[in-house]
Amino acid sequence: MNLLETFRTGLGAVLSHRLRSTLTVVGIMIGITAVILTVGLGEGAQQQVGSEITALGSNLLTVTPGSTTSSSGIRGGFGSASTLTVGDAAALTSKVVAPDIRTVAPADSASESLVAGTTNWTTTVVGTDPSWLAVRGRTMTQGRFIVAHDLATRAAVVVLGATTAQELFGFRDPVGQTVDVDGVPMSVIGVLNSVGSSSSSSSASDPDDQAVVPLTTASAILFGGTTRNSVSQILIQATSAASLSAAYQEADAELLNLHGITTSTDADFTITSEQQVLSTATSVDRTLTVLLGGIAGISLLVGGIGVMNIMLVSVTERIREIGLRKALGATPRVIRRQFLVEASVLGTVGGLLGAALGIVGAEVLPHVISDPITVSPVAAVGAIVVAVVIGIVFGVYPASRAAKLPPIDALRSE
Amino acid sequence: MSGPTDGTVVPDPDAWRLEDTGQVPVEPTATHPAVRRAVIEVADVWKTYRSGTLRVDALRGVSFAIGAGEYVAVMGPSGSGKSTLMHILGCLDVPTSGTYRLAGDDVSTMSEDELAHVRNRRIGFVFQQFNLLASLPAWRNVELPLLYAGTDRSERRRRALEALDRVGLADRVDHRPGELSGGQQQRVAVARALVTDPDLILADEPTGNLDSVSARDVMGLLDELHGSGRTIVLITHDAGVADRAGRSVRILDGQLADATPAGVAG
Repeated sequence: MNLLETFRTGLGAVLSHRLRSTLTVVGIMIGITAVILTVGLGEGAQQQVGSEITALGSNLLTVTPGSTTSSSGIRGGFGSASTLTVGDAAALTSKVVAPDIRTVAPADSASESLVAGTTNWTTTVVGTDPSWLAVRGRTMTQGRFIVAHDLATRAAVVVLGATTAQELFGFRDPVGQTVDVDGVPMSVIGVLNSVGSSSSSSSASDPDDQAVVPLTTASAILFGGTTRNSVSQILIQATSAASLSAAYQEADAELLNLHGITTSTDADFTITSEQQVLSTATSVDRTLTVLLGGIAGISLLVGGIGVMNIMLVSVTERIREIGLRKALGATPRVIRRQFLVEASVLGTVGGLLGAALGIVGAEVLPHVISDPITVSPVAAVGAIVVAVVIGIVFGVYPASRAAKLPPIDALRSE
Repeated sequence: MSGPTDGTVVPDPDAWRLEDTGQVPVEPTATHPAVRRAVIEVADVWKTYRSGTLRVDALRGVSFAIGAGEYVAVMGPSGSGKSTLMHILGCLDVPTSGTYRLAGDDVSTMSEDELAHVRNRRIGFVFQQFNLLASLPAWRNVELPLLYAGTDRSERRRRALEALDRVGLADRVDHRPGELSGGQQQRVAVARALVTDPDLILADEPTGNLDSVSARDVMGLLDELHGSGRTIVLITHDAGVADRAGRSVRILDGQLADATPAGVAG
């Protein structure tokens, strides 16, 4: 009996138990779909993080106040201190002190309420200087950015993010309009380009939803208080990605010097690169993928056990058929093959349907959950192969049981 | 295929005739030596079942022979060992000791694969329960032995249809067993038994589940097959059915009892 005939016989048996075969196939299908979607979700997240790294530039350093290594227990927590000043930022711009630093932008931010006419919108207001645009790698779609003159005159001007402009003014041209920021009327001078919303865990705020004002204006009029000279962030752009660690060293040394600290473990500031933040995010995403993938794998295992269960039931139920086939001349090997074919047909059909459903899900789901899902052909093919293998592996035991049945016992059973 | 006289297994080449009922064989060429060669030679066959400490001798030293073209009924009450004998004759089971030659070949020592081959090529089974596969149409059921023999598709169909035609079911080839009467199902089973043109047709209570009309039908079919020169072994407990056979072998408590009681054959 050749393979084609074995296949025909096996397929015939699968088709003659439609409901049972369908349910078994659904079990495998769910497992495969789950695997494809979770792997796709993980890959999508990693690709997104990857593209964010590229977008941010790999040569960005962020200095924040406070220490993350407060072994002495004296210092406050991360970001709680107001140890960074505009002066620190100015010192770092020196080409002598820090030849590997291209641009420095001090920044201070707070959440403020913006009012345009009757529209109210709360967003992050960033006070900074003209170099922010270059450091952040942003461009203007309308109007202009803050210039040195605005800083010097503490001009009441504001640059809006694309989303913010949209929320406040709809489709009207925002440039030239007036926005009340925390009750202070400011004139809109420009709109930032849109970089696309980010769901990555590294960005607490949406880069398209913010308002940028001159740092001097912010500290004098908006944020006020006793910390007029202090900033919450100093953004540093290294001359190139290669000089990032050199820039890091220079900034660290200069700031320690300025703050009169001798040991770097006592530093009252922290320097992080965006890459560090993103790699943390990536590893978090990866952990999630592994976790979800594990759950998906278990559901696939359950599907496999379903195949085995059904095949065992099938063997028991068709004990007379097996006996008859043996009486008519089927060798144990032929019987084993027939049942293996049946099991692998279930696995293959489940795998193909699962892969199809997974690919459809990858197209549809992102519209619902706003997370990208990337299904690679390798993952899809791999999932199908896994399904076939599961069918075979979980079919081996029932098939060999069928093959070993003595023909008389099989014929005798009622 | 060796002759019957070369083995020490059957000392008397005419041993199979010892229990002859005295009937003249129906086979017209029975006097020709070649026809006298035994299809079945059973010599001192024992079958012992063990279950724990319990030991049951289902067959205790059974010896007999059945010649080519004979029509033999094996009779006996239930528990007599006739099913066990049938399983051994059908190569569905092997004897614990003793030898069984089917068409000259010793099958007692064959491997499972070889036995499968023998069942496929040399034996046609007709069971009491018909044992047709419900999901397959009649002709698919009939072609099954050919499928395992490796016959190609068109040849299988041709021979299956031919066999169905022989049993008078040419117009039922695409019917599934569920759509056929009991008698028709058994005729499909007979077609399946003869499709490989086997040396031996082994019928185990073929009329046990049939009404008298269908039973007569099926018996008529077996008569016809016998008429065309086939060897038939019929296992039954129905004396009326056994009467159709040329010879009866009685089995009781695992041993052959005396041959057909006097007066039955006539």
